[in-house]
Amino acid sequence: MNALDQTLALAWRSLVQVRRNPWELGDYSIQPILFLVLFLFVFGGAIAGSPDDYLAFVLPGVIVMNMLFVTVYVGHGLNTDLTRGVFDRFRALPIPRWAPLAGRILADVVKQVLCIGLLLIVGYLLGFRLATSFGHLLVMVLLVLTFAVAFSWVMVLVGVLARDPEHVQLFGFTALFPVTFVSSAFVPVETMPEWLQGFVQANPVSLLTEAARGLMNADGAVAAPALASLAWAAGIAAVFAPLSVWVLNRRLARG
Amino acid sequence: MDNTIEVEGLVRDFAGTRAVDEVSLQVPAGHVLGLLGPNGAGKTTTVRMLATLLSPTAGRARVGGLDVVDQAARVREIIGLTGQYASVDEKLTGRENLILIARLLGMKRAAARARADELLVDFSLREAGHRPVQTYSGGMRRRLDLAASLVGRPRILFLDEPSTGLDPRARRDLWARVRRLQDAGTTVLLTTQYLEEADALADSIVVLDQGRVIAEGTAAELKARVGTRTLFLRLARADQADAAARQVATLTGSEPHVEGETLSAPVAEASLLPAVLRELDAAGIEVAELGLRSASLDDVFLSLTGQTGSGDAPADAAGDSGEDAA
Ligand SMILES: Nc1ncnc2c1ncn2[C@@H]1O[C@H](COP(=O)(O)OP(=O)(O)OP(=O)(O)O)[C@@H](O)[C@H]1O
Ligand SMILES: [Mg+2]
Repeated sequence: MNALDQTLALAWRSLVQVRRNPWELGDYSIQPILFLVLFLFVFGGAIAGSPDDYLAFVLPGVIVMNMLFVTVYVGHGLNTDLTRGVFDRFRALPIPRWAPLAGRILADVVKQVLCIGLLLIVGYLLGFRLATSFGHLLVMVLLVLTFAVAFSWVMVLVGVLARDPEHVQLFGFTALFPVTFVSSAFVPVETMPEWLQGFVQANPVSLLTEAARGLMNADGAVAAPALASLAWAAGIAAVFAPLSVWVLNRRLARG
Repeated sequence: MDNTIEVEGLVRDFAGTRAVDEVSLQVPAGHVLGLLGPNGAGKTTTVRMLATLLSPTAGRARVGGLDVVDQAARVREIIGLTGQYASVDEKLTGRENLILIARLLGMKRAAARARADELLVDFSLREAGHRPVQTYSGGMRRRLDLAASLVGRPRILFLDEPSTGLDPRARRDLWARVRRLQDAGTTVLLTTQYLEEADALADSIVVLDQGRVIAEGTAAELKARVGTRTLFLRLARADQADAAARQVATLTGSEPHVEGETLSAPVAEASLLPAVLRELDAAGIEVAELGLRSASLDDVFLSLTGQTGSGDAPADAAGDSGEDAA
């Protein structure tokens, strides 16, 4: 058995729980559906004139927000393994040291695909219609997944640093809320005070959402925000992947 | 195949404290070594270094002829480890936990399932195997943890307090299993606080205290070190225990272990018995029960570890009394 099979076995392990207990998925699927519906009917009228007009605007935003929230579970799962001794059992096995991390991130990608699919279905039921092609939609999904993999490393770091799994969740969500809300995911940037606009426009959440909007609604630039999001993803991965691994090794060496 | 464990001058420091201090030990192939010691003695730290989970501050250790630092990856191929605390995935079923490990060890899907089912039956977890571990009792978790360390049929097995939390029956099952593994040639290093367990299983015993080896040998050798026999004394009144302890100390030359109204102390000669009775009687101490029994490992343990708080040479202090017995 090679390292790839071992990584797949470890990814299977994170996913099999979901299969047996679909409510587990509820943690990160019910919530975005709730957000989507609430935003649509509560803010839709105020922001876009009517819920129907708001749907195409907010759906990409909710997809991006949910992608970020799902990455918290990478850190949560890793921390659970570290604090419950499961990680030690893996380390005493003849597998590459990175395999448990890779397995988690891979499983996360599968969960991300499920969540995006679910949101698209709910969006469709609420009246969303794709203005572009299936190919564009696929590019949108790949773009969001690429960012998710990069951003997972931030949550790996949180998972390594946190004392227990509850703190991972607490810290992860607390940090993500302002980042997602101070973006153009739910509200057009023009409506915000000027001093905030600079930050909002540079926020990768905005960039990714705008690229996704362009790819789903054919109503704006795609290349510029997509490339900027990819640059962010590369930068985040370049900083956080080595940093997380270094901190993880330090934690393990401490005993 | 080399199934030995060789440890030489192993040291591990944690932020200022020395958890393991120059530990050296040898386990011949196919032997069971019992690592005994009170809380904080350094048992877990030693096991974690041997299982490649923790790097030593100094010293060397070879497991199966392989260096635990330089050849850690190859060491992992031949060892099994059951840590002190359960380390199974709570969200998975027992069976899934075992299948995962089998798959990680390179077994094909069908072989992995077969091995998992075999172990579930062996550890009386067949029914529970399809439930998430979350729903297991402490003892069931412990058994699953043991099963998990045996999935790959390791040549060398580390068990850190394997019987903690097991009921008497499960403990006997575990002992039988360790003996079977030993018969099959597996080398086992187990830590325990149950002296009875070391007595029953271990070919040789190493006693650790405050990170240092303070005694080693077979159970019989260790018993011999504290005296062939133990004076056992029960008083009618607990408030006379201190006075009795003083008398016994002067007569036997070693401080007795006092627990409520009972005292025990190692003695070299049986002829001491009438003298003890006479002296206590003269001092007005009422004796309810007095006798001699052969030393148990508990006596060894207490006499070896009990004195280390103050003295610097505890092993020798306890060691010279009963060299004549074997
Ligand atoms: N990660 C750590 N950081 C700091 N100190 C540690 C760490 N792990 C162990 N120690 C210290 O090292 C010493 C030995 O600990 P260890 O866990 O090896 O003892 P033990 O013999 O297994 O005890 P027990 O019977 O309670 O399990 C203790 O003083 C403990 O506080
Ligand atoms: Mg311990």
